[in-house]
This record gives sequence, C-alpha cells and structure tokens, in this order.
Amino acid sequence: MWSIAPLILLPFVASIAVLRAPDAHTRDRRVKGWSITLIVITLLVGIGSGLGSSEHALYALPHWLQVLLDGLFHLAGLLLAGVLLYLCRRIKGREWYIPALILVQTGILFLAETAAPPPRVEHPFAIDPFAILMALIIGVVGGLIALHAVPYMRDYHGHAPGVPDRRNGFYAMIFLFLAAMFGVVFANQLHWLFVFWEITTLCSFWLIAYPGTEEATRNAYRALGFNLIGGVAFAVALLWLTMGPGPHTWALDRLVGAGHLALLPAALIAIAGLAKSAQLPFSSWLLGAMVAPTPVSALLHSSTMVKAGVFILVKLAPVFHGTLAGLSLALIGGLTFVLTSLAAVNQRNAKPVLAYSTIANLGLIVMCAAVGTAEALWAAILLILFHALAKALLFLGVGSIEHLIGSRDIEDMEGLVYRRPELAAMFLIGIMGMFLAPFGMLLSKYTSLQAFLSMDLLPGEGALLAAILAFGSGPTLFFWSKWMGRLVAKPHRLQPITTPPPRDEQLVLGSLTALTALSCALFPLIELGFAMPYTSGLAALGLVPVQTMAIPWESVGIMTLMLGGLFALPLAFWLRPPSYLETTPYLSGANVGEDSYRGAMGSERLAVSHGYYLTGFFAERTLMRLGVLGALVLGLGMLGGSL
Amino acid sequence: MNAWLAALAFLLFGPLFGALLAGIDRRLTARMQARQGPPLLQPIYDVLKLLEKDTLVVTLLQGLYLWLFLFFMIGAGLILFTGGDLLLSLFALTVSGIFLCLAADATNSPYSHLGASRELMLMMAYEPMLLITALGFYLTNHSFRVSEILEANAWQPFQLFGILLGFLFVLTIKLRKSPFDLSTSHHGHQELVKGLTTDFSGHHLALVEVGHWYENIILLAWIYLFFAPWGPWLALPIALILFFLEVLVDNTHARLTWSNTLKASWWVALGFGTTNLFFLAWWLR
Repeated sequence: MWSIAPLILLPFVASIAVLRAPDAHTRDRRVKGWSITLIVITLLVGIGSGLGSSEHALYALPHWLQVLLDGLFHLAGLLLAGVLLYLCRRIKGREWYIPALILVQTGILFLAETAAPPPRVEHPFAIDPFAILMALIIGVVGGLIALHAVPYMRDYHGHAPGVPDRRNGFYAMIFLFLAAMFGVVFANQLHWLFVFWEITTLCSFWLIAYPGTEEATRNAYRALGFNLIGGVAFAVALLWLTMGPGPHTWALDRLVGAGHLALLPAALIAIAGLAKSAQLPFSSWLLGAMVAPTPVSALLHSSTMVKAGVFILVKLAPVFHGTLAGLSLALIGGLTFVLTSLAAVNQRNAKPVLAYSTIANLGLIVMCAAVGTAEALWAAILLILFHALAKALLFLGVGSIEHLIGSRDIEDMEGLVYRRPELAAMFLIGIMGMFLAPFGMLLSKYTSLQAFLSMDLLPGEGALLAAILAFGSGPTLFFWSKWMGRLVAKPHRLQPITTPPPRDEQLVLGSLTALTALSCALFPLIELGFAMPYTSGLAALGLVPVQTMAIPWESVGIMTLMLGGLFALPLAFWLRPPSYLETTPYLSGANVGEDSYRGAMGSERLAVSHGYYLTGFFAERTLMRLGVLGALVLGLGMLGGSL
Repeated sequence: MNAWLAALAFLLFGPLFGALLAGIDRRLTARMQARQGPPLLQPIYDVLKLLEKDTLVVTLLQGLYLWLFLFFMIGAGLILFTGGDLLLSLFALTVSGIFLCLAADATNSPYSHLGASRELMLMMAYEPMLLITALGFYLTNHSFRVSEILEANAWQPFQLFGILLGFLFVLTIKLRKSPFDLSTSHHGHQELVKGLTTDFSGHHLALVEVGHWYENIILLAWIYLFFAPWGPWLALPIALILFFLEVLVDNTHARLTWSNTLKASWWVALGFGTTNLFFLAWWLR
C-alpha cells in the first residue's frame, strides 16, 4: 500500500520545488532531476508490485488519517472551486456558462455532503494490475515528456518572444498534473477521485492558456467548459449515490460490484469520462488544445488527461457489460472512431492530424471498454499503453521537427529522411507504430476485432462494432501513409543541414522509439503481466465472464519475424548500399534541371506535387456537426437505457 | 511438415504460377480485342529482359522500399499458405502495399506521386471490404486460421455469398483492373504515364512484377478459401473462373474517377459485406 504514496506525493513535492526555484538554471536542473527520479521510482514500484502479483487489493487507512484526509479533500474541493472561479475572470460573452457550471457542481457536491450523511468508504485506495500499468505509463511517459520539455521550452521562448516566460509555473503544473493522475488511478474513494479529476481539468486549463494569446485563452476556456460539463455529471453521480435509490456507496469497487443496479451513476461518470477523453460530442476541446506548447499536447494526448477518461471507462466496464446503455456507449466510441479518422484526412497541419488520430483511437478504446468482455478489456488496456508510447513519440517528434524546419505543415516535412535521417527514422517508426503491422497498436486492433466477434451479447452487436472498426481503418491507413510518403520523398531543393536537436530531446525520442519498436516483445509481457491478471481478477469477483481465448504465440512469433525484416533490410541496405546510376525523374522528356521542366513560353518550372486531402469530397465541419448530433442522440440513449 | 512444404512451394512456384496467370490474362485480353496476343510465358520473358537492363534510380532509397514491398508480400503469402492467420496475412499485405507507395513517393516525379496518391486512395477504398471478408471467415469458422477455414462446412460459400460478391468487387481494384486502374493505368492512358511505376526501371521494375505475381497467387488463394470446403477439384476451377472474370470486367469498362471508386466500394462493403456479416452473426448465434 505505502508504495503508491510516493507516486502521488513525489510529483507534488517536485511541483513545489520547481515552482520555488530561484533561477532558471536551478529550475531546469530540478525538472531534470525530479523527472528522472519519477521515472526510476515508477519503474521500481511497477516492477515491485508486478512481482508481488497484487491482484485487486483494497487498502484501508488508519482512522485518524482517513478523517484528516477526508477533511483535506473537502477543503481542496472548495479551494479548487474558488481557484476555478478566479480563473474565470477573463471570460467573454458566451462563456458565462463556465462559472455557472462551477457553481452548479459545487452546489451539488455540497448537497451530497450535507443533506444526507455521505457513505463511509472503508478502503479509500485500491491497487490492481491495470492501475499499476497506468501508473507506469503516467510516470515513465510523463517523466520523459517533462525531460523533453526542458530543452524544448528554452527553444520555444527563443522562437516566441511575445510569450511571457512563466516556465516555473509551467513545469510545476506538469508535475501537479502527474500527481493528480496518480491520484485518479489509485483512488477508490469517489469523492477523492473527483477532486483529483478536477485538478487535472485545472492543470490542463492553465497549460493550454500558457501562450497567453487570445486564441489560447479562448481554447483553454472551451477545454475548461467541456470538462466541467463532465464534472457536473460526475457530481450528480455522487449525489445519486448518496440519496438515490440505488447502491449507497462512495467506493468505486462497490459501485462496480453492484453491476447493473449502478447503471445510472456509472452512465453519469461515463459522461465525465467521455468529456475528458475528448469523445464526440466533446471532441473539439482537444483540437483547440493544440495551441499549447508541444510538451503540453504530448502530455494531454499520451499519458494524462484523455487517458484518465478511458481509464475510468475501463474500470466501469463490468457495469455496462451486456446492456443497452453499454451498446450506446460503444456506438459513441465507434461514431467517434470513424468520423474523426475521416476528418484527419482533411488536415494539412501535423498537430490536428495527431489530435484527430488520438480522438479516433480513444474511440476504439471506448468501444472495447463498453463491450466489457475479458478479451475486449485486454484490447482496451493494450491500446492505452501502445497509443501512449507512439503518440508521445509523435508529438515530441513534431516539436523537434518544427524547431528544425520552422513549420508544422505536413507538406513542408518533405524529404526529412534526407535532411535529418535519424529524426525521420524515429518519426517513421512512430507513425508505423500507430497503424501498421507488426507494431503494438495493430496487434491491439487485432485483439479487439477478435473480441468483438467472439462475444455473445446482443445479437449482431459484435458484427456491427467489428464492421465499424473495418471502415475506420481505411482512412486511418490513408492519412498516415500520405504523411509517410511526404517524409520519404526526395526533397526538391536540398536544404542545408541544420543543427541536430539537443541531446536530451534525442535521448527522450530514442527511448520512446525503442519502446514503440519493442512492442512485439512487450505485447506478451503486458498481456501476461497486467491485462490477464486484471481480467482474471474481475472474473474471480464474478464481474466479467471468464476468458476463453488467448493471443496465439504463433502470431506473436510471426509479428516478431516481420519486425526483424523491417529492421534487417534497412540495416543491410545501409551496410551495403547498391550502386545504381542516379538520374532525374521522368518529366515527359522536358527536364531542364534536377526536377524542373520546360513549361509554356520556355520558362523553367519546378515539378511539384502534393498529397490528397479530399477537402472537396468531405468536409471536416460537416463530419463533426454530424458527429455531435449523433453522439448527443446516443448519449441520451445511454442515459435512457440506464434508467 | 505439410506447412513447410506448402511454404516452400509458394516461395518457389508462386511466382511461376503468378506469371502464368498474368500470361493467360494477357492472352484472354488479346482475344477479347480480336488480337493474337503474346505467348503464354511473355511476362517471364519481360522480367528476364528487365533484369538485363540497366537500373536507373531517382534515389537509391527507392530500392529499399521495393525490397520491403516484396518482403512483406512474400510474408503475407507464407502466412496464408502455411495455414496461418488470415487477418495477419492481410495486415502484411497492407504493409506491402504501403511500401510500394513509399517507393513511388521517394522519387520526386509528379507522375509517381500522383500514382502513389491514387494507390493510397484505392487502398482506402478496398481495405474495409477485405477486413470484412476476413471477419466473415471468422464468423463461419470461429477462427482466423486458414487451416481451420479449409475444413469449413459445405454451406460456407452460401453463408458468405454477399461477402464473396463484395470481395470480387474490390478484387478488381486490388488487381488494378479497369474500371479501377487509377494508379497504374495499364491501358496506356497518357495522363499518368505508368503512375506508380513511372520511375522504376531494370531490376526494380522486375521486382515489382515478381511482387505482383506473388500477389496474384495470394488473391487467387483468397477466392479459393470461399469454396475450399467443396474440395480442390471443384474449388480451384471456380476460383480460376472468377479470377478470369476480372479480365472480362477489365475489358468492358471505362475507368472511373477516384471519388466514384471510393463511393462505390464503400457502398458495396456496406451493402454486401456488413449486411452479410450482420445476418451471419444473427444466424450463427
């Protein structure tokens, strides 16, 4: 039990230490030191608990500590509401709903705490293999992102002189964010979990608003507002759990154990989860969040924030298993998956592509969580891990590329393979990691397809979800491959080689690349070490049916062979490059220079071509409008189905 | 043991039979156009000749991507012919296709780029239907393993009828036949020159050809799988007939635009594929 205390406390202490650093040099050193400490401690705790095989352990605190913490969290809740209200001082016109939501949320919580005695929670903390894996993701990936942020932010302020330098607060917020994430993952007391949950909302608001521009402020308010809608739903769930006819408990394990009786509060918490993980109809806040510096995006998209949303959905999965409300939830995920994959095709800017792909993959995780069979939960857990690794790599990679070439436009990344081979190779592995065999994300998709087809719940449900996955895969393949095509294209004018990214950035990118590439090896490890113990623990509690199937080892073997080929061939090519005669590309025989041709009126013209973005075929706006409408209907269906 | 033999046979004789299929294809096409047509082994002569020619490249890296294309193509075939996992085989086939596009993208010729973009568009068009096909096999056999699909019940071709129709539709795209030959333009439409393969020559072009021979065999095997429970004496001729029906389609249709191709194949995947999947799930419950 005490092993998780340092995880929550350490980033909290780090946050204060960084905030109070006297000068820039000390601060940067402290950020580095604390990040590395965090990574090491997380690994130690993770491996330690993995070896201890702690399955679904619940922990009680001494009475005095519990009373003290209860008081502290009540105070923290009030303080948080105060801070959020204070932050609302710069709202404009239509954003009046944000302070209103804060007041409503605080009011509901106050009602829940005073009108009836709130239920006592015997075990305020819980540890299970899934929570341990989440902690590993938060600590290791989060720590790496913080490490990457030090050189990145130095460059950032060099490039953007107008932005006020508030880096002490910036790093402090990142560590506070990580602390709150650990709290969300390990808390079993729902009110405490809610306080941690709202701290992540606060941190994300502050970090998105960091550039201080009008656009950043507006987008930060949107993120705050949408997450507060989820927060209000969460508060209503707490009220229902205090005064409603259903289960009278504030303990997450009791809530999940109540099964279908707890459907309404679970659906309400699921709304909070959907808002946090940027699913339709809430998804626009995550797109707006890309105005923030790249480490923030990396953090929001990979190890924190959106992962908190799907984490709670996976936890609640046994409640939704086999219900109409669960089907509605799965369809919200499916709708999000298909529509955002299509919308990503339209994007030319790297960050929206990554953002839409995050939302799409989270949709897939929501589908798996809502289905709630043991196999689907494995798929969800594996997707969470592999997505966190590859997405962190891609965001940080975009950050490094942007500082090299001064642009985030995909078309401008043409020829990166020739300009910065090592960076391009890492980035290509990141992209392949998102959608191609033999990497982890694809294996997880395989698992989810199998899980959908082998469940026997509502007739046709599995086939429907599997078909949705099939349709979403097409555009996914298109927009990633198009981007890869740009990276490998021979550049028209070979730009001068710029200075390489700073050493720390390369180190972080390198470790994330290694983790992404090793996914074949990680796959069985994660499955045996975390996913299977988690679901078998749930099965032992009678919450999900016992699983019958496993990933055949033969498939993992084949994937490993493919991975071997994928690395061996470039290696062989590098060691013994072939010697063919290089020539100019075919330009109908009208070549003038390397890649220019004789155009009309005898002028020399550069032969340029761009990728397809299909903006005339379908438009992002229409897709998203359709999606919001559909998701609202499905959301009402979910609430209606849980009554 | 059997699996190893099958793998070896695919590796050695796969391209040979693939070349024969290509040869028959050209002969049939010629006859449909009232021409004599080349000898049956012409594709092999072509490749042998290509191997003797100089290889010119725009960038040396295009060779690497082409080798990766061939590697994953053969990988896909090996998984299939050793009775392995159909879905994994499909994934390998996808990777292979993407490396072909990357090879074309690596050159900086607008013709190649256009070909690669269109090829990606076609992949987006056929991918859902191919996945649904694999899913259909899973529903009838409760397994993605080819060795178990081979022992399916005799009703399989009827159970998967809608999916078979959908598969045949996207097969036209996969074989780059008209009306879907957007990315390579086999019939000498000039706007694309040779699309995807414009900037490959010599060894590289030979490599692409051999890759396509392997692909022919893999796709033929997919059709065979539908009818596999009827035994090879019935299933193989049916598969061949259906395969060569594509030649007829090729010669009787004008090329579609990419937007129509995309729309048509997604509607087919939705109308035939998903509906079939849905009924199957209902029925086999």
